[in-house]
Amino acid sequence: MPGRLFFQGGRMKGVTRDRVISLGLVAPSIILVAVFVYGFIGFTGFSSLTRWDSIEPNFAFVAFHNYQRLFSTLPTDRFLCDLRNTVTFTVFFLVGCIVLGFALAVLLDRHVKGEGIFRNIFLFPMAISYIVTGVVWRWMLSPGNAQTGSTGINLLFDKLGLGFLKWGWFTDANVVYIHPDSGFGHLLGSIGLGGLASPYVGISLAMISVVLAATWQMSGYTMAMYLAALRGIPKDMREAARVDGASELQVYLRVIVPMIRPVTLSAIIVLGHISLKIFDLVVSMTGPGPAFATDVPAYYMWDTTFRGNNFASGAAIATLLLLVVALLVIPYLVSTTRGEVHR
Amino acid sequence: MYRRLVSVFCIALVLGFSLALVACGGGKGNKLEIYSWWTAGGEAEGLKALMDVYQKQYPNVKIINATVAGGAGTNAKAVLLTRLTGGKPPDAFQLHAGLEVQKYDPEKYLLPLDDIYKSEGLDKVFPADLLSLLQYKGHYWGIPVNIHRANVMWYNKKLFADNHLQPPATWDDYFKVVKVFKAKKIIPMTIGTKEGWEAGHVFETVLISALGPDAYKGLWTGQLPWTDAKVTNALNLYKKVLADVNTDHAALTWDQALQYLVDNKAAMFVMGDWTNGWFTSKNYDGYGWQCVPGPKVYDGLSDSFALPKGAPDMVNAQNWLKVCASKAGQEAFNPLKGSIPARTDADPSLFNAYLQSAMKDWTSEPIVPSVIHGAAAIEKWVTVYKDIMNTFATKLDVAAAQQALDQAAKDNLAM
Repeated sequence: MPGRLFFQGGRMKGVTRDRVISLGLVAPSIILVAVFVYGFIGFTGFSSLTRWDSIEPNFAFVAFHNYQRLFSTLPTDRFLCDLRNTVTFTVFFLVGCIVLGFALAVLLDRHVKGEGIFRNIFLFPMAISYIVTGVVWRWMLSPGNAQTGSTGINLLFDKLGLGFLKWGWFTDANVVYIHPDSGFGHLLGSIGLGGLASPYVGISLAMISVVLAATWQMSGYTMAMYLAALRGIPKDMREAARVDGASELQVYLRVIVPMIRPVTLSAIIVLGHISLKIFDLVVSMTGPGPAFATDVPAYYMWDTTFRGNNFASGAAIATLLLLVVALLVIPYLVSTTRGEVHR
Repeated sequence: MYRRLVSVFCIALVLGFSLALVACGGGKGNKLEIYSWWTAGGEAEGLKALMDVYQKQYPNVKIINATVAGGAGTNAKAVLLTRLTGGKPPDAFQLHAGLEVQKYDPEKYLLPLDDIYKSEGLDKVFPADLLSLLQYKGHYWGIPVNIHRANVMWYNKKLFADNHLQPPATWDDYFKVVKVFKAKKIIPMTIGTKEGWEAGHVFETVLISALGPDAYKGLWTGQLPWTDAKVTNALNLYKKVLADVNTDHAALTWDQALQYLVDNKAAMFVMGDWTNGWFTSKNYDGYGWQCVPGPKVYDGLSDSFALPKGAPDMVNAQNWLKVCASKAGQEAFNPLKGSIPARTDADPSLFNAYLQSAMKDWTSEPIVPSVIHGAAAIEKWVTVYKDIMNTFATKLDVAAAQQALDQAAKDNLAM
């Protein structure tokens, strides 16, 4: 109840020993956070408006030139590809983790034999670093080539007589999108939504492989969250619903899913910000990919900043990344603080 | 209570500051601080051998080997710049020969080395093409210690012998050879593009081959526009080459792609001469090498040492640069690093078979600077070039790539 303490302090007016000590104890972290978090955020934002494109800082002001370059297709369309990939990744990753995590939690909630073992098995991938996950999944999904034969999972498909399932995995550069010259593309164009019919609004197929690896790693974590939530629902609620004549499906849809909605929200926030900032998995598993089919903004930011020494452009990407994450996190923070005040 | 806290805080502060002062004070004396990113393997051994040569001549100088590891030198360069701009330079530091010197603002932070070139007679022992590459604003700013070559075509001797083929000297021959290998289900040319720069590396060698040395250099200085028909031809040629590479190139790094050649599954491979060291580490000797088809050109990159203004031990640093330039120094360093000396008068018997052939080419072929390895253009340009070629390797859209390359050139030459 920090609110009440503060309220009392306010009424007492004047400086008391307790307040000085408490302020003194908090001050270092406030100063450090102010400088090293918010100060540097500000500096990054400022840098993104300058012409700092070599190792030596150059703070000539160029307004939004760097941003404009990121969103143009010349000289490269890399950032537009990155945005598309991030959306692909986030959507599939969130849906995959939440559906799979919830399903696993429901199964475990049935008090199966050896629940502890299963729980650990599902949770264990989370303990592994993304670098390891990336390397292992790269080995498994490496497609092999036409001349010397398949490798990894494609080889397994071959041996099982399922050769038709083979594909390029993360080396498949195809993007599923609405072609501007197709019938539907013309239709979109005629109602002023022609921008949606573009290769930058679509699903990068190579990204699916990365989603597989990430979902494998994080769905156990979602399961743990859901399992805790399910265990927190009082038994009598379910029984009351059953007594009222609800089928088992209805119990889940009408009682349990609404009750664990806060957990779903938390899961979306946690997984969402992981997916927007994903870097290490992509680096170790696929790299930027063919025609940037698996490239992500964080990778581009690193590449252009530390390989190209184009600090201003890197800062612009960082700023955009921060804004996108903020879009996700701030509403959540607002809603939770409001919730606390009401309580 | 809080008074005690405050006093503890103050004591901690004082302690911290005095520690920092001790750390900064360091021992003054007869020393020499060498700054590089050579931290591992043959590079570190080579540097040590070079330092030993120096130590023999100047036994009283204490050498400080300051290295910053990681990122192919990017970390080291970032730290170095803060030291230069902050007025605490090392005595000498590593620098890629070529345009990289531009970013250190040499007239402000570096000392020209023209005197050393004169006193050591370096303009007679370095090839003329290299000398013109080393000059920036009419002065020499670095002493090159080694040379690597980027445009080498490595091939599997057994596969060529089994199929009664000769390594191709022209692109026409190349595509004939490719046809034979394709029919035998052998990968004609193996390439790995996972990291994003390898496609740019191979294109650079194709570009040199298609344009010849002078036109290629002109692209990076603005004398030849990227819209020129010769560039279109080079892109078309590269497109034709890429049509018959391994289809899984996006899944492999260059060394993983090279494994196909070692396993007799692929016939040819284009990469710099550090590949030679990789073969050695794999105990594989079934490989041959030659220049990429087309005119014989030496696509080089070089490490050099530069002298910052205000180097604390100026005389020692100048002596170090003289050792770097000397025959003894270069002969000690290069066999270990796996590169050839920049000097043309080194003793070939100290080097392995590949390096001996490279030394011969070094004295006879025209020299051009490598792009992807930072000798021909500033890094910002190189990164964009690399991204364009990564997209090209998949999309194979010649017109789009040429337009993008032209835009990149305009962005970077205008400044």
